[in-house]
Order: sequence, then C-alpha cells, then structure tokens
Amino acid sequence: MSVEIRSAPHIKADSGVVKIMRNVVWSLLPICAFYIWQYGISALASLVVVTAACLAAEEFFLRLGRQSGDLGDWSATITGILLALTLPAGFPLWMGAVAGFVAIGLGKAIFGGIGHNLFNPALVGRAFAQAAFPTAIATYTPSFMPGRFFEFIPSSLALPFMTPADTTAWAASHLDGVSSATPLARWKFEGVLASNWDLLTSLSGHLAVGPSPLLILACGAYLAWRGYLDWRIPAAVLGSAALLAAALYPLNPQHFPEPGFVLFSGGLMLGAVYMATDMVTSPVTPRGMWLYGALIGALTVIIRYSGGLPEGVMYAILIGNAATPMIERVTQPPAFGTAPTKETKA
Amino acid sequence: MKLFTFLRGEAFARGIHPPEHKGTAAMPITRVPFAPRLIVPLSQNVGRPAKPIVKVGQEVVRGQPLAQADGFVSVPHHAPVSGVVEAIRLNPTSGGLWTESVIIRALPGSPQSVEWEEPVDLDQVDDAGLIAAVQRTGIVGLGGGVFPTHAKLRVPKEFPVDMLVVNGCECEPYLTSDHRIMVERAKDIMKGIAMSRRLLKNPRAIIGVEDNKPDAVEALRAALPPGGEVTVESVPTKYPQGAGEMLIKTLLNREVPPDARSYSVGAYVQNVATLAYMGALAPRGRGFIERVITVAGNAVTRPGNYLVPMGTPLRFLLDYVGAPEAGVEVIFGGPMMGQAVACLDAPITKGVSGILVFRARDLEAPPSKKSFPCIKCGKCVESCPMGLNPSTLGMLAAKRQYDTMADNYRLGACFECGTCSYVCPANIPLVQQFRVAKQVLRGKPEKAA
Repeated sequence: MSVEIRSAPHIKADSGVVKIMRNVVWSLLPICAFYIWQYGISALASLVVVTAACLAAEEFFLRLGRQSGDLGDWSATITGILLALTLPAGFPLWMGAVAGFVAIGLGKAIFGGIGHNLFNPALVGRAFAQAAFPTAIATYTPSFMPGRFFEFIPSSLALPFMTPADTTAWAASHLDGVSSATPLARWKFEGVLASNWDLLTSLSGHLAVGPSPLLILACGAYLAWRGYLDWRIPAAVLGSAALLAAALYPLNPQHFPEPGFVLFSGGLMLGAVYMATDMVTSPVTPRGMWLYGALIGALTVIIRYSGGLPEGVMYAILIGNAATPMIERVTQPPAFGTAPTKETKA
Repeated sequence: MKLFTFLRGEAFARGIHPPEHKGTAAMPITRVPFAPRLIVPLSQNVGRPAKPIVKVGQEVVRGQPLAQADGFVSVPHHAPVSGVVEAIRLNPTSGGLWTESVIIRALPGSPQSVEWEEPVDLDQVDDAGLIAAVQRTGIVGLGGGVFPTHAKLRVPKEFPVDMLVVNGCECEPYLTSDHRIMVERAKDIMKGIAMSRRLLKNPRAIIGVEDNKPDAVEALRAALPPGGEVTVESVPTKYPQGAGEMLIKTLLNREVPPDARSYSVGAYVQNVATLAYMGALAPRGRGFIERVITVAGNAVTRPGNYLVPMGTPLRFLLDYVGAPEAGVEVIFGGPMMGQAVACLDAPITKGVSGILVFRARDLEAPPSKKSFPCIKCGKCVESCPMGLNPSTLGMLAAKRQYDTMADNYRLGACFECGTCSYVCPANIPLVQQFRVAKQVLRGKPEKAA
C-alpha cells in the first residue's frame, strides 16, 4: 500500500532541453545539405570533423567530472555544426578540429557545462581560430566549383602546422574569372557590391559565401514557429542592423553599402538566427532580448564599417553575450499590479 | 477604446494552455452513498478550529451542528449524516497531520432524508444578521481558499467595492464541479450573488466564465435577475484565469497591487460554488454538509461529478469510483495547484473541489524528464502571470539566497500557480523551490526596519 506524493504542479508541458536541442539540429540539416551542395566533400568533411571534435571534447570534459549534461543532449552537436558553418569550407581540417576542441573546452566546459557558459561556444571556437589561424580563416573559395564532390579543396587536407596549399591559384585553374574573396571582402577592399538576390539565395555567381541566408531564415522560422527559438532576437538584430545601415547609407553612398547588402552578406543571418539566439547566452527577459539583439545588430554594422576586418558579427555577438547579465538586470519584467490602473469596462 | 482592448488582448498577460482533460464536463451531478463512518475534522479551514458541542454516544440528525464557531474567523461544522457520535479523537488529514475530529457512525437503514434546518427570513435581518446566517452555514471559500465566507463578506469600510467578480473560470485541468454547479444550480448562484451584493452595498456583478463552458454561460444568462446589474462574461480559456487577480485584470483591467487585497481596487471576488451553497443554505439555516467534487484521473474507473458528504473517508470514495489504493498519486484539487494526499485514511473536507487519481507509473520520471541546469530559454518569464522572473529566482533559490529573492525579485508576489514548473524544459522544480524559500523566510524574524 503506497501512495506517491509530489509537490504541485503534477502535470508538465511536453517539452525538454533535449527536445529543443534535437529540433535545432534537425533544422540545421537542410542548411548543412545546401552547404555540402555548395562546396562538396570539403564541406562535408569540415562539418564531420569539427562536430566530432566538439563531441570528443564534450566527452573528455564530462569524464573529467564536475560537468552537467551528456552527449545525448545534442548541445555539443549544435556547437560543432554552427562552428563548421562559420568557417571557410576549405578550412584545414586539423585547424577545424582544434577550434572545435577549444569551442567546447574554453567556451563551455570551464564554465561548468551546459547552461553555465557566458559566451556562445561556437563563437569562442571561431574567435580562437581567428586569432590562431588568421590566414586560413580569411581564405575562402568560390562555391559550386566543378568536381567539388570528388575533389577536396586543397587547403582542407593541410597537415598540422604546415602552410595550407594556395587555393587562389587552385580555384583559378578550375574556374576562370571568379573571385575567391567573400562579397564582404570585395566590398571592403575592392568596392564591389554583389547583388542582393545572389547573396540571399547564394545560388548563382560562384560567390565565396556560407549557406544561403534565405534558407537560414526559413529554418529559423520553423524553429520560431515550433517555439524553440525566440523570434525577438533575430528581429532585433536584423532590424537594428538594417536601420543603422539605412541611416548611414545616405551619408556616403559610395562607401557605405545599402541595407540589403548588410543583411544578406557575411555571417549576419547565421549569427542573428542561430548564434545570437543561443538560449544560454542571451537574456531571458523579453525586453532584454530586444535590447540585446539591437546591440548586436548595431555593433555588427559599426565593426564592419570601421574595423580592419570585413566581418563583425562574431565580435558583436560575443560582446552581446558579455552584456547579457547587465541587460537582464535592467530589463526585469514589470511587476503585476504596479502599472497605473486603466479602466475599460464597467 | 475597443481598438485598444483588441491590441491589449482579451485576457491577462502571459499564462499557459495546458491540456484541459475536462471529460467529466457533461456528466450530471450524482450522489455518493453514505459511508458507514464519517469523520468531521474540527479544523478544515483558515481560522480557529470549531468547538465540539456534542458528546460521545449522542445521536445526531443530519445537518445538526456538531461544533460551533470559536470567534469570528471560524465556522461551525455539521453532521453530514444521521447517526451516533462514536468518538471525538485525533484522525489523520490529507496532509498527514492528525487533528481532532468527530467520528459519526451512520444509522444503518436510515433513509437520511431528514435534514436539520433553522430557516431565517433574510429580508428581516440586518447586515450583521445576514453575516451571522452565512457563518451558521459553515461555508468557507470553496475554490480552494477555505477562508470563512462570512468573514470575507465584511469588507473594511474604507474600501468601497464597486464590482462583485464572480469566479466561474475553473481553469485547472480535469476539474468540472464548478461547471456542473453553474449548469445545474444557476438559481442558487443568483441567490448567493444577491446576498453578497446586499452586504457589499449593491455593486454591479460580473460572472466570469471561461469560454470552454458555453453551456454554463447559457444557463447563467437564463437565470440572471432583471435589471442588468448582474452580467455574464465569457473570458478566454487560459491558466491561471481562475486566480482572482487575473480575473479582475481580464474583466476590469484593474491590477491588484502587490501585498494588497482585491477590494483595494474596488473588486470583490467570490467563487461560483461558494455563492451557490451560500444561496441555497443560508436562507434555510442549513449547514454545509456535502459538496460537488469532480473525481477524475487515469486511474479512476468511474469518473464524474459527485455530491459527496463531508467527512466521507477517502478510501470509501476511491472504492466507489473504482480507483486502486496502491501505486497511485491522489491529488486534492487540480493538477496544477492541488496537494498530493499523504494519507488515504483522511476524510473529504470542505476545501476539496476535486480528487484526481493518477497511476504512479505514469508519473514516473522518464529519461526526457531528467533535470538540467537552467538553459535560460525564458519560457518561464514568458509565462509567469505575475510578471516575475522564475529563471533568476530559481538560480537564487539553488544558492539559497532567499532574501535576495524576496527583496530584489518579488518572491512574495508569487501565488504558486505552478506555471513556471509546468513550462520549464529543464525540469527545474521552480515553484517547489519558491515554496521552500517562502517557508524559510516566514520562519525568519522580521528584519529591523
């Protein structure tokens, strides 16, 4: 004769950390597929190696103990996929593996594992790669290269601590007249703007870009619809970046790109939809989400326009992460019962 | 102003929509047989325990007072059955505590048709007399508050009440007893409303009913008194709409300030079942000896809305509805805020609006229900009806920083609706931690001002 005693509530919503993470992974799969279609086996190898490195690091630090979480919670998988998507497709695989290990180790494990990290682990890994491998991370290759499903981009297979093979000459020997520079770099250093439509779809022109912003938006919309992503953050990031770009554009139309280019180029879409929305490192308060997103969008534009590097999303998000505790503190939700009474009916 | 009403939404902000499971909504109220022995605890409500006025061995008639009120915030209790007082002794209650109770052995073979009553012409008595008449019925807040109803009717003079809000939301999943009372006993509710309005100096009255109960809205509208002073409003179905502050917000767009009572914004909230019993019992001078209770849950063979004599042993009722007595969780109240029963030897008391019985194995924690650290998804912040930040409160609770919770994050405003725990994907026992925190803070001496 026994009865169970529990403290209310006795029912629970059908949701869970693992379910959220798994859905994020699923939503990333179409993006990965498109990325592999763009860059062939090099992209596939990069995704696999970086993700495997993240999982290995997660397992390693879990075995060390004093960590929460496990491989089955899918969070390290997300880190791996996102990190791989932020790297050039021909990024040397060994460097990708190191970046993946650092992403989990420095980005997550030292804080205590899932839920405890201050910064987005994938971006910590990328920041490390940016500092440690500045040439490799800036070396892009054109998409849709002939033979991409059978031939690695030569830099992918570079041996550890060896200088990767020169991909510019390799690309030129395969495809004449296409640039290996990213659209952002071409705008920054050559003053050439790619068309918004080509940037949005990433389908034509052999652009040296990441996955299609349109596809990322679609997958993000799915996640938002299922309730696994807060739409406020991408809306705030993209909105503030567009607003600032639109405000700056008339000041110097020769130098500043129009807002469409700002939104669709570089990693802004991936950052806004998948990285800034990382639940652990973004504010929990709705007003805080707006503020945080707006900060990231504005910082991205400022860094892109005035920094030495063409891209600024990564630093913008990391700064946003750092500001999150402070943002939460000043955006606590308003207390019920403290608003002035406004009568409607009666 | 209509446009702004639309912009603001029709209900209070945030909240959740748990699955309703109101399968018993269409089942008419049916009577449960009398148990051979009934147990009437002398303390069933907020306020002082009643004082017994019967002796062991004495025969009592159904409805006869067994114990009288001890002071103003106290109510009498009545014999739920004609029988013999077998003992006055300690008996376990649902929480496991033992309290002094009157045990009555039902007279076998008695039709139990006689009922003690002392009718009063309520039109002839003054307000104090009316309040006394309500006190004599022994009614307490039947929505779960169990505060003596007559005491609640004495609103301090400095707070003029301009709106009587009648709570017919029944927002907890599974529960349908209020629903059936609205459908079957709308006239009694109107009598209770009339009595309350008289004591509150004739404010208007709105009956708020969630829009998942259209038949209740219809039945109430058909029973409305002429004059338009009492109206029925269909409100959106949303948990916790049945919390008084939320219903006031939805119906009147007034927010009860923290640490204040609803009459501070001119509103007085009363539950439909309380009003129905008040309307039915007070004029006839009868005692509150039975109430409608929803019995449901996946371990119950015959769920329904039952008229249960007070003091019926829980085991007797479980047997009657075909529920097992082992390997189950028994809950008094709804699944969101109800209390798990620790002892099946407990009797049914005045505050029980529903009894849910779930098979324990269905409540076993599956692997996906494992607890994670907070991933700061913000779902709790998005859902908390009081606009609190359960995420941060939970992290503070884990560090036992209870004072910070109260001072900086308004722990005191939490009324423990359980929404945060319900939505949390990391399965953090948020509201449970908040209960502990409040309990600890209650035990602390007041800080020097």
